[in-house]
Amino acid sequence: MQLVDGTDSSIRRFLKQLPGVDQVGAESRAAMLATRSIKTASKKWAIDCAISMIDLTTLEGCDTDGKVRALCTKAVHPDPTDSTVPSVGAICVYNDKVATARKHLDAIGGQSIPVAAVSTAFPSGRASLEVKKQDTLDALNNGATEIDMVIDRGAFLTGDLVKVFTEIVYIKELCGDRAHLKVILETGELVTLDNVRKASHLAMAAGADFIKTSTGKISPAATAPVVLVMLEAVRDWYAMTGIRIGVKPAGGIRTTKDAIKQLVLVRETAGEEWLTPKLFRIGASALLNDLLMQRMKLRNGNYAGPNYVTLD
Amino acid sequence: MTFEYSPAPESTAIVDISAQYGLFINGKFVDAKGSKTFNTINPATEKVLSKIAHAQASDVDKAVAAARTAYTKVWSKMAPQERGKYLFRIARIMQERAREFAVLETMDNGKPIRETRDIDIPLAAAHFFYHAGWADKLKYAGAGDNPRPHGVVGQIIPWNFPLLMLAWKIAPALATGNTVVLKPAETTPLTALLFAEVCQQAGLPAGVVNIVTGDGATGSALVNHPDIDKIAFTGSTGVGKGIARAIAGTGKSATLELGGKGANIVFDDSPIDQTVEGIVSGIFFNQGHVCCAGSRLLVQENVHEELIEKLKRRISQIRVGDPLDKNTDLGAINSAAQLARIKEISSSGDTEGAQRWSPECTLPEKGFWYPPTIFTGVTQANRIAQEEIFGPVLSVLTFRTPQEAIDKANNTPYGLSAGVWTEKGSRILWAAKQLKAGVIWANTFNKFDPASPFGGYKESGWGREGGRHGLAAYLKGGEK
Amino acid sequence: MRIDIRKTYKLYIGGAFPRSESGRTYEVKDAKSNFIANPAQASRKDLRDAVTAARGALGGWSSATAFNRSQILYRIAEMMEARSDEFVEEIALLEGVSRVAAKKQVDQAIDTWVWYCGWCDKISTVAGSTNPISGPFYNFTVPESLGVVGIFPAQKSALLGLVQAIAPVIAGGNTAVVVASQKFPLCAVTLSEALATSDLPGGVVNILTGITSELAPWMGAHMDVDAIDATGLSKELDKEVRVSGADNLKRIHKFSSSDTPQRMLAFMEYKTVWHPIGI
Repeated sequence: MQLVDGTDSSIRRFLKQLPGVDQVGAESRAAMLATRSIKTASKKWAIDCAISMIDLTTLEGCDTDGKVRALCTKAVHPDPTDSTVPSVGAICVYNDKVATARKHLDAIGGQSIPVAAVSTAFPSGRASLEVKKQDTLDALNNGATEIDMVIDRGAFLTGDLVKVFTEIVYIKELCGDRAHLKVILETGELVTLDNVRKASHLAMAAGADFIKTSTGKISPAATAPVVLVMLEAVRDWYAMTGIRIGVKPAGGIRTTKDAIKQLVLVRETAGEEWLTPKLFRIGASALLNDLLMQRMKLRNGNYAGPNYVTLD
Repeated sequence: MTFEYSPAPESTAIVDISAQYGLFINGKFVDAKGSKTFNTINPATEKVLSKIAHAQASDVDKAVAAARTAYTKVWSKMAPQERGKYLFRIARIMQERAREFAVLETMDNGKPIRETRDIDIPLAAAHFFYHAGWADKLKYAGAGDNPRPHGVVGQIIPWNFPLLMLAWKIAPALATGNTVVLKPAETTPLTALLFAEVCQQAGLPAGVVNIVTGDGATGSALVNHPDIDKIAFTGSTGVGKGIARAIAGTGKSATLELGGKGANIVFDDSPIDQTVEGIVSGIFFNQGHVCCAGSRLLVQENVHEELIEKLKRRISQIRVGDPLDKNTDLGAINSAAQLARIKEISSSGDTEGAQRWSPECTLPEKGFWYPPTIFTGVTQANRIAQEEIFGPVLSVLTFRTPQEAIDKANNTPYGLSAGVWTEKGSRILWAAKQLKAGVIWANTFNKFDPASPFGGYKESGWGREGGRHGLAAYLKGGEK
Repeated sequence: MRIDIRKTYKLYIGGAFPRSESGRTYEVKDAKSNFIANPAQASRKDLRDAVTAARGALGGWSSATAFNRSQILYRIAEMMEARSDEFVEEIALLEGVSRVAAKKQVDQAIDTWVWYCGWCDKISTVAGSTNPISGPFYNFTVPESLGVVGIFPAQKSALLGLVQAIAPVIAGGNTAVVVASQKFPLCAVTLSEALATSDLPGGVVNILTGITSELAPWMGAHMDVDAIDATGLSKELDKEVRVSGADNLKRIHKFSSSDTPQRMLAFMEYKTVWHPIGI
């Protein structure tokens, strides 16, 4: 169903009829959901669910093959002392490390773990369309089956919505059947929840498979009200089109408590159907060890310490 | 894969409920005359929590005498700032014992622990903290250069927000220099009795606060007592009118905070997701046992279908059950009597042709429960659009134009609260101007603050509580 | 005979207790001219750092709810009450008054603090208004915090004058850089210890000890100070500060009376808002 035909006027008309977001109300709903108390069996379930949804990430200038290999090993066997721990949802790296990641994962039994690459001049998005396309192609050709692109926030804030829209369309075309496309909104730069709602719908109309909150390079990143609004957007999109789009919060989710709060948001906003790595991912690195320590506590009955989880 | 929330019960180990309680008179707990008692139960389980003293007329006499002596000999002579310091102490102790109060309130009232913990108790403590600061600033209250208190005030509070209503009554009364005899509701005396302990811990002079537990007869004795200078009552409109008649010709003044049938008006340009939250909060917060509940939803006809669909989806997520479970959203109905009333009035919705809807929910076997319910196709002529149900039942009506919304909203003998949902600022202010309600919430609902005056127009009562304007009720202002 | 551990009297800036970056201290003697201590002698750079800290803390403090501010001010009173004996000791030594008189001053100071604590969430009720203008508009006026306030409390009072100056300024949502009485600085440092243990965010109040005639001109000329309480300044310094303060139109006030909401309102700005009323 074509809600938008790519012209400036159709995009504007579509976004204009979206309801506004009352910031105070949205924050208050997010805060109330954060008071949910998830204990015992439900906590155990949530921890394993969260682990399976992590896009284990390294996006540093100083990333080396060694670092990437270590991360991949962690992804497949997060806890060397406990084989019941699920593998993570994906590995996320820069496009020139995709090949290393894919090779190593395949060598250690991680064939089912996809490699996601950030793309389109991540994190700033400030480059020509040609550079952004090449960035994506490099990743795809090296074996990435997920592309995390950034939108052009400068264009969004200028009101050049056609530019934002068409870039997503181009990258989606390149992905084709080879990869799913996550579109990073960089909500910290969009600032208002109204913008978050609009950008979410714009991305979905342009073909995003996932909408993602942030690059993780600036703060604020995946705050609860932002994730709430994005979950409302995918819920509404499903009602309009029958298609479920995924959501990925990234940045600032460091503790088990944070992760479980995200799962509660998903369950009570978009719905249980989204509680699968196919429709919900968490972009994180330090989070995994905290989840493992909490898992250990549930298993053993006492609090673990940093010496009992691996540094990678 | 389903994400079921495991039980997350708040421990009751923190409370220490006595097998029975006396009356709190002149700083001590004493037995009622004839040692008459009645039980207070947990409405979620029907288990008896404690035996409560039933104050007779002579007990009320003693309490009023203690309040009078305390007023004449101690409280009226005390420097205002020192009076304020007692209130600061009380506020701080309430904060220290906050969890204890929250668990106790949930057990005695039936409301969810999340609400007592996050709303009732913090607000009650804040109310004392706020009013403590007024004690020595009364010349700025707009009641004259040296406003005087009435003397001894009689206060009768309801069961829906027991500790919070106690705070709304006692804090301003004491801050302005009055002494108090307070009667908590029959079904919810426990947090008032714990509060008496807090008064002792704060070193409050004996007789400044007296708590007399009992029933309607105890309340009457208090209202009719010749040595009470002023009455403050929160409860049903019917009883409020009775009080107004009873004090006629006695020279007593009164503030009354009575019932309501609040209209929650939703325009077609509202921020719809937050609107749905506001509607849910408006009628299901506190099981709908709220005088200012948004119990009439007035939806602009062109967004009715969309709104109801979203509302039903949201209501299906409401968790009904054990009030002590931290994840419970909707707790127990406070009493068998109240449950019967809710059932009776709601059934008129069925017989009068409105469409009832509730989500699927398993209600516990013991205790008093009612599922969250909406009736669509309601019009002004239905009983469920006119009468206060005081339960988790929403009546949905429609309107075509802004003026029609206002007219329907105002078309009631009540006038306590109203809600307005629209992103257009000028329309919010226009609606606020037109609505005959004492409290108007725009793009929000059920928000309370000690600094914000609360009270109703028309048959919703007399006077305001909270803020500078709420002090006036407790100061002699030349009224007769 | 036990030798006691004497306190080092340092500055209080940004929630921390640094010595003066200049390394200077000055002698403080008691009423009988006996040596008591060498508190820090604040420099121009210390003042600059204090202003930076105050500016940094302003966003959070002014946007906190009034209730939250009043809770913190009450806790400051709690901390002061706990240190009552210490204050009494210092006042008696410095001012040469009896312990009874010193205790009276301490009690009054704490009560002043509590009085202003109660104003935080009432000042806009009392001083704000909705205004009945002619036209279909909603019009309201609110008093708001002003910014960073430099404070020179009364020179002759070890504690009370200090509290009378600081409490109204921060109750109104402002942040402060305080230059303690030159002769009687010790209570100011003890007060800063109470502040540091009271949940008051670092930087909301900064306290400098030192030479008033040195620090006042720098305060007057600093373009990031919005207002000054000049109560403790001599006639000459007061004039100097008003002349240099004119460069950014600092609001400069001197107070002789003690507790009045006017002392709060002097360091607040009134904002008036219009909004149409229409369908």
